[in-house]
Amino acid sequence: MEMPKGVSLWEDASVRLRKNKLAMCGLVFLVVMVLLCLITPWIVPYGYEEQDLRLGASAPSAAHWLGTDIFGRDMLTRILYGGRVSLFVGFIATFVALIIGVTYGAIAGYAGGKVDSIMMRLVDIMYALPFMIFIVLLMVVFGRNLVLLFMAIGAVEWLTMARIVRGQVQNLKQQEFVEAAVSIGQSPFAIIWKHLIPNALGPVIVYTTLTIPNVMLLEAFLSFLGLGIQPPSSSWGLLISYGVESMEEYPWLLIFPGVALALTLFALNFLGDGLRDALDPKASRD
Amino acid sequence: MWRFLTWRLLQAIPVILAVITITFFLVRAAPGGPFSTEKAVHPQVQAALEAQYRLDQPMIQQYLSYLGDLVQGDLGPSFNFPGRSVNELIFSGLPITAELGLYAMLVAVLIGGLAGVFAALKPNSLQDYVPMSLSMIGICMPSFLLGPLLVLIFGIWLDWLPISGWGNSPGDKVLPSITLGAMYAGYIARLSRSGMLEVLSADYLRTARAKGLPERVVIAKHALRGGLLPVITFLGPAFAGLLSGSFVVETVFQIPGLGRFYIQAAFNRDYTMILGTTTFLAALIVFFNLLSDVSAAWLNPRLRYQFKKAS
Repeated sequence: MEMPKGVSLWEDASVRLRKNKLAMCGLVFLVVMVLLCLITPWIVPYGYEEQDLRLGASAPSAAHWLGTDIFGRDMLTRILYGGRVSLFVGFIATFVALIIGVTYGAIAGYAGGKVDSIMMRLVDIMYALPFMIFIVLLMVVFGRNLVLLFMAIGAVEWLTMARIVRGQVQNLKQQEFVEAAVSIGQSPFAIIWKHLIPNALGPVIVYTTLTIPNVMLLEAFLSFLGLGIQPPSSSWGLLISYGVESMEEYPWLLIFPGVALALTLFALNFLGDGLRDALDPKASRD
Repeated sequence: MWRFLTWRLLQAIPVILAVITITFFLVRAAPGGPFSTEKAVHPQVQAALEAQYRLDQPMIQQYLSYLGDLVQGDLGPSFNFPGRSVNELIFSGLPITAELGLYAMLVAVLIGGLAGVFAALKPNSLQDYVPMSLSMIGICMPSFLLGPLLVLIFGIWLDWLPISGWGNSPGDKVLPSITLGAMYAGYIARLSRSGMLEVLSADYLRTARAKGLPERVVIAKHALRGGLLPVITFLGPAFAGLLSGSFVVETVFQIPGLGRFYIQAAFNRDYTMILGTTTFLAALIVFFNLLSDVSAAWLNPRLRYQFKKAS
C-alpha cells in the first residue's frame, strides 16, 4: 500500500499559483524583462549615448525597432538601459523597506505590552505624515542622489510591512512551538529569527511583491518631476518626461517607455495578487 | 462620540507639530539660501533682507517666532514673491486645487463605485471581468503617463478637448479630473466589489429578501450601506493621495494650483512658502483622515456602539 504523500504549504501554494494564468503571465514577463535588462550591454547594437544627428527623431524602422529620439539615439537601447535603473531602484528600495519593516514589526510584535504600543503609535504617527511632500523636499534640499532616493523611498514603504509582520508575530507568539522554544532556553533573537519570521513569510512575500511597483512608481514620479534620476543616467520616468516634451511631433518617444513601465507595473501587480491568492487563500481580493 | 472626536483631534496636534518642526529644520539645513544668487549683493542689502525675514536671529528663535505667528494664522511673507504673503499665495491656489480634487473624487466615487457594485452583482462573469480589468489599468497607470496619453489622444489626435489650462476654455477641466481620479476609481471599484460581495451573502440581506422586498430596494437600501463602508474608510487616505497626485496633474496640464506652487517653491528654495504649504497640506491630510474615521464610525452601527460604550 502506498502512503499518501504530504503536501506542504509551499507546494500547495505553487500549484495554486501555476493555475492563475494572469499571475503566470506576469511572472514570465518579469523574468524576461529582468534578463533583458541584465544583458542589455551585450545584446544591443547601439551605445546608450550613441548619437546619429543626421537621423534625428525617426519613427520605428528595421534598423531602430522603436525609433530614435531627437538626437538620433536608439530608443530600444535607451529603454532597456532605463529599465536597468528603474528595476534596480525598485528592488533595492523595496529591500531596504523589507529589512526595516520586518525587523521593526517582529520586535514590536514579540515584545508586546508597552514597547509594542509605543512602537506602533510611532508608526501610526508616521502614517499621518505627508511623505510625498517630504520626499520632494528631501530631494530638493539634499540634491538628487541615488542613495538618498533609496533611503527616502525605503523609509516610506516600511510602515505597512511593519504592521503586517507585527500582526503575524503577535498571533504566532501564542502558539505551542514558540512556548517550546522558550522552554528549551532559546534567546528571543533566535526565536524571532528562526521560528517567527519564517512562519510569517507568506504575507511578507506577498506584500514585498506589491511594494516593488509602488516604489518604481515613486521613482518614476520623482524622475518625471526632475527630482529623481538625473541625466546622463536614465530611467523610465525620465524617458517619459522627455517623451512628453515632444509627444505632439514624435509620439513614439512617449508611448514606448510608457508601455514598458505600465506593462512592468501590471506584471508585478498581477503576480502580487496571484501570490496573495496562492499563499493566503483566506484574504479576499480587494 | 464626543470623547472619541476630542481624542482624535488631540492626536492630530503632535503630528502637525512634528511636520512643522521637521520641515523647518530640514529646509534650514539645506545648502544655499533664497538670497544666494549668482549676482553679488551689497552686504548691507543682504543684511537688510535677512533682518526683514528674521534670518539674522538664532535658529531656535526663528523657530519659536515662526510657531508664534503660525498660531495666529500667519504663515509669513514669501521669499520668492516679494510683497506677497504665503497666506495669499496659498489661498490663490487652494480653490483651484480643491475644485480639481473635488471633480477627481467625483470621477473616482461615481465611476469606481458603479463599476464595483455592477461587478459584484454578477461575480465571475463578463460583467465582473471587464470593469475589474479596467480598474487594474487605472491602478497601474501612473498619472504622469495617463495624463499625457489622454492629451495625445483626445487633445491632439482627436482634437476634442483643450490640452491645458483651467477654466480658460470650455472642457479644459475634463482631462485633468479624469487623470487624477482614474487611479482612485480603480481602488474604489475593487473595494466596493469586495465589500458588496461580502454583504450580499450576509444574513440581514436574506432577511430583507425574505420580507419580500424587491431586489432593487434590497441592493439600494440595505446592501449599499454596508457594502460601501470600506470605500468610506478609503476616502481619507485617497484624499491625501489626491493632494500629492495634484502635483503631477497640475504640472502636466499647467494648472496654477497649490501643487504647482509647492513644486515651484521647492525648486526656488522659498523657505516660508515650503513651510507654509507643507504645514497647510499636512493639516488638510490629517483633517480628512479624521473625517473619514468619524464618518466610518457613524455609518457602522457596531463601531458606533463601541464609541458610545467607551464614552
